[in-house]
Amino acid sequence: MDDILRQSLQQLADVQTLVDLGQIRVHYLGKKGVFTERMKELGKLPPDQRREAGQAVNLVRDRFQATLEEKKLELESLALDARLASEAVDVTLPGRGQGGGGLHPVTLTLRRIAKLFENVGFAVVEGPEIEDDYHNFEALNIPASHPARAMHDTFYFDEHTLLRTHTSPVQVRVMETGKPPLRIIAPGRVYRCDSDLTHTPMFHQVEGFLVDESVSFADLKGILYEFLRLFFEKDIQVRFRPSYFPFTEPSAEVDIECVICGGVGCRVCKHSGWLEVMGCGMIHPRVFGSVSIDPESWSGFAFGMGVERLAMLRYGINDLRMFFENDLKFLHQFRTS
Amino acid sequence: MRFSEAWLREYVNPPLTTEQLVEQLTMAGLEVDGVEPAAGQFSGVVVGEVLELSPHPQADRLHVCRVAAGGSEPLTIVCGATNVVVGMKAPLAVEGGVLPGGMKITHSALRGIESFGMLCSAKEVGLDESQGGLMVLPKDAPVGVDLREYLQLNDVSIEVDLTPNRADCLSVEGIAREVALLNGIDWNPQTVNGSEITSDDVFPVVVDAPEDCPRYLGRLIKNVDRNSTTPLWMVERLRRSGLRSLGPLVDVTNYVLLELGQPLHAFDAAKLQGGIRVRHGILGEKLKLLNGQEISLADDVLVIADEKVPLALAGVMGGSESAVDESTADIFLECAFFAPTAIMGKARRYGLTTDSSHRFERGVDPQLQHRAIERATQLITEIAGGLVGPIVESVSIANLPSRKPIVLRESRVEKLLGLSIPRTQLTSLLTRLGLTVEELPDGWRLTPPGFRFDIAIEADLIEEIGRVYGYDNIPKRNPASHMELQAVSEATLSVERVKDLLVDRGYQEAITYSFVEPSMLAKIEPELESIALKNPISSDMAVMRTGLWCGLLDAALKNLNRQQSRVRLFESGLRFTRVEGNIIQQKSLAGLALGSACEEQWGEKSRSVDFFDVKADLEAILRLASHEATVKFVSGKHPSLHPGQSAELILEGERLGWLGMLHPKVERELGFETRVFLFELDQDKLLKRTLPAFKPLSKFPQVRRDIAIVVEERVTAVSLTQCVESLSPLIRQVLVFDVYQGTGIEGGKKSVALGLIFQDDEETLTDVKVDGVIAEVLARLAQEFNAKLRD
Repeated sequence: MDDILRQSLQQLADVQTLVDLGQIRVHYLGKKGVFTERMKELGKLPPDQRREAGQAVNLVRDRFQATLEEKKLELESLALDARLASEAVDVTLPGRGQGGGGLHPVTLTLRRIAKLFENVGFAVVEGPEIEDDYHNFEALNIPASHPARAMHDTFYFDEHTLLRTHTSPVQVRVMETGKPPLRIIAPGRVYRCDSDLTHTPMFHQVEGFLVDESVSFADLKGILYEFLRLFFEKDIQVRFRPSYFPFTEPSAEVDIECVICGGVGCRVCKHSGWLEVMGCGMIHPRVFGSVSIDPESWSGFAFGMGVERLAMLRYGINDLRMFFENDLKFLHQFRTS
Repeated sequence: MRFSEAWLREYVNPPLTTEQLVEQLTMAGLEVDGVEPAAGQFSGVVVGEVLELSPHPQADRLHVCRVAAGGSEPLTIVCGATNVVVGMKAPLAVEGGVLPGGMKITHSALRGIESFGMLCSAKEVGLDESQGGLMVLPKDAPVGVDLREYLQLNDVSIEVDLTPNRADCLSVEGIAREVALLNGIDWNPQTVNGSEITSDDVFPVVVDAPEDCPRYLGRLIKNVDRNSTTPLWMVERLRRSGLRSLGPLVDVTNYVLLELGQPLHAFDAAKLQGGIRVRHGILGEKLKLLNGQEISLADDVLVIADEKVPLALAGVMGGSESAVDESTADIFLECAFFAPTAIMGKARRYGLTTDSSHRFERGVDPQLQHRAIERATQLITEIAGGLVGPIVESVSIANLPSRKPIVLRESRVEKLLGLSIPRTQLTSLLTRLGLTVEELPDGWRLTPPGFRFDIAIEADLIEEIGRVYGYDNIPKRNPASHMELQAVSEATLSVERVKDLLVDRGYQEAITYSFVEPSMLAKIEPELESIALKNPISSDMAVMRTGLWCGLLDAALKNLNRQQSRVRLFESGLRFTRVEGNIIQQKSLAGLALGSACEEQWGEKSRSVDFFDVKADLEAILRLASHEATVKFVSGKHPSLHPGQSAELILEGERLGWLGMLHPKVERELGFETRVFLFELDQDKLLKRTLPAFKPLSKFPQVRRDIAIVVEERVTAVSLTQCVESLSPLIRQVLVFDVYQGTGIEGGKKSVALGLIFQDDEETLTDVKVDGVIAEVLARLAQEFNAKLRD
């Protein structure tokens, strides 16, 4: 048995592969294996020697089996290492397939504005871009030859048909059919016949308005103040400055502390420390009149903001005209947003 | 409105710095747009008087002057100006002085003669752009006094961007009134005394249109001094208000306009015939304006005419034929109140904006005319003398604007502003606004002053209260909200979700202009009637897009020119068409793809994007919108798409959109050197989706059988799959997993491999049953398409 033990252990020590190990296992432990044969031969021994001889075979077989298991684990581990080594890739190579595109920064900004207002119950409504004179001007208390019309360089199709100069006509359209209370924002394209460094003939606005039983200028201040701080995610200064719009009264322009220089004064804020970002006011009684809402029972505020302006400030874009050139090098910068 | 701070402070002088004053105006709604110093930085310039003058011995063009500068001895100054004369006073930069731009004055020899300073032109001290020799200072200018002090140059010009409602602030007096109100202090209006009448001559005035011209004042001033010049103080104030000096008569009218806000006009009386007639224009009548423009009048335009011809466009601009010039001796001075509605829009119609029309269309104080004509008379006679005739006035009291009393309810102030202001404070504020105040139990009855055209209803008063009280002093509040759930339609897909899908599939969102170039549009969508702008900003933005491809193609071309070789763009927006005379505005979603199918990479073989890449993107969108199974792709003909690679998408019998390759002809015409794939979908139709409806799952296993058949090339895949699917309810799905043409297949034919998935809800399928259906399928395909089983 010692020879068998020595020989079998030597074989286990020499074996290189799991396949060869399997053959060795069969050779010793199989149905006709060395140990099996030895056990069968025990019968031939005198009964008083069987026990001892059997114990000896078992001892050697157990020793062999234990070594075999060890060897198996060792070879398996080696095989795994070899596979891992052969399957290693250069993880720095880029992934395969279609890359991602991106949304336009105007859309990103519009979504952000809409989200903030939708969270408090405003509904998004859109209106036509080719408008009639009535909804764009008359119903908003801007009669023909009103000096305010000179401030809207209007694109016309004919005497009564035009490209809307602001999103405010949506206010009129909603109030013509809907009944208060109303909480609406209306994003969209608007058009003015003006093109230079700081004007494009098309741009985007978001109009918002709220009509309820007892809405005040203090409510307007509250909601826009919160909106601007949340939009910029900054504890910025906001001020309301008296202004004039024919469709609101009182009217205000909303200025924020310049987000570029922090209010110290720079080129962007024309060294004033303030940036004009919105117009707003309490809905004018004559606008309520044109949509048959009783201004004694209802009051409301409206506001409007330029989307490109907010996008420029939010993302630090310094040229308005970039928005509509659709240069992929520009657009791709907003893929991660 | 631009004015000098020093001028303003003559009327009202609050204890504020310039910065504080500017901030106060801005926060009261008079937005200050700019503050500019009245003069450039300079120092060491005094009033000098030329005492002696002799030619320079070495230079023909130079003079040697002895100039008094306030010191014990006159200074020797070498001067090259041609207008230098003995006795004149002019700015003298002395040794150590610094001129605008940084030039330092030292004594230096000019052609051998030592000069101890420099006599200056207006340009050299930064007061004027034009070169006009030495600046001539008034005879009474005190010699030796610092020029900055003498001309009050330590002043600023303040530019206020006034909103159209605040016509009352279009004058220095108006601003002064506002500043006094904001600071709760008094102000001193300009005192105006009536001039002594020194001539009986009058020029008759007839007003034919009293509703448009309720008040017209005229006065003859004869025999003014033709050689008079505008005094320096007035030139300076005009300059700081942004106006150039144009001779004393015009300067006075401009000065009074700035000072009081009342436009005036001076006619050369010698050029007028008979009398003044304020009337409407006669259609086709011509008038040559002061700016050289000849306009053709209409019958709704108000003009100032004499017996024969129109002289001026009322309230807008005078005519050149009747204008004053250097030879004018007698003038007719006009000072009128024109109704805003008579002037509104008229200047703009002729492409004009004037200081006069700007004021009249916003509203001039109808009580101001007497004061203004007397002020102008006073200034003219001071400067140019003349014999003053009596004022001729034509007035129609009935047509003058009357300020009706307005009732203001105290409760309304609180409701709209959201704060409560003590009643006494409100009463005092209303009084300070210049309103006539009558107390009522629950508010006030208030009559606005004549100069406030913008106060007519209760809301106007509440705005004024808020403004003067200060918007900053109104609290911030969160609006009270009715908690009301809003409808959310599950049957409408959000376009934002579709945009996200396209972004995830490698498309970049574009936003292109809604107006496009007509000739390009004609190439892309020749069959649609487009809508043209009447006043396009340029010829390449002249018509509204009838679809989104024009903009996307243009953007793609520009990107190709910027060295991009792969472009995938999409846009969502309105398209505009005219159908049977009506304007149709439809939401549209469109995309474009060109270049390689994937971005260049090591892991995939590079290949160009093709029809089926883009079709897969569309199918992904249709899947989202629950239309994948219902939309049919029908080979279609679109004028700008390749006839063999274009599909019309049909949803429930209606067109949903198009997909295809840009027609090679259009591709070449537009300048592409690569294939371009396009799609466009009707967005509203697309986004209407059906809700999922549950069907029970079969418990029995599926069986798959594959067959390959050979058919004519033109037989479409969908006709084969539909035919097979309709044969038996056991066939649950039919896949096309291979299409082959080439060796082994007869020319003009193709082999199509179909995978059929069978399943029954009731039992496990047997081979016999499936074989039976397959036989039926082959027989039907042979019958319908002459299909043969591939060997």
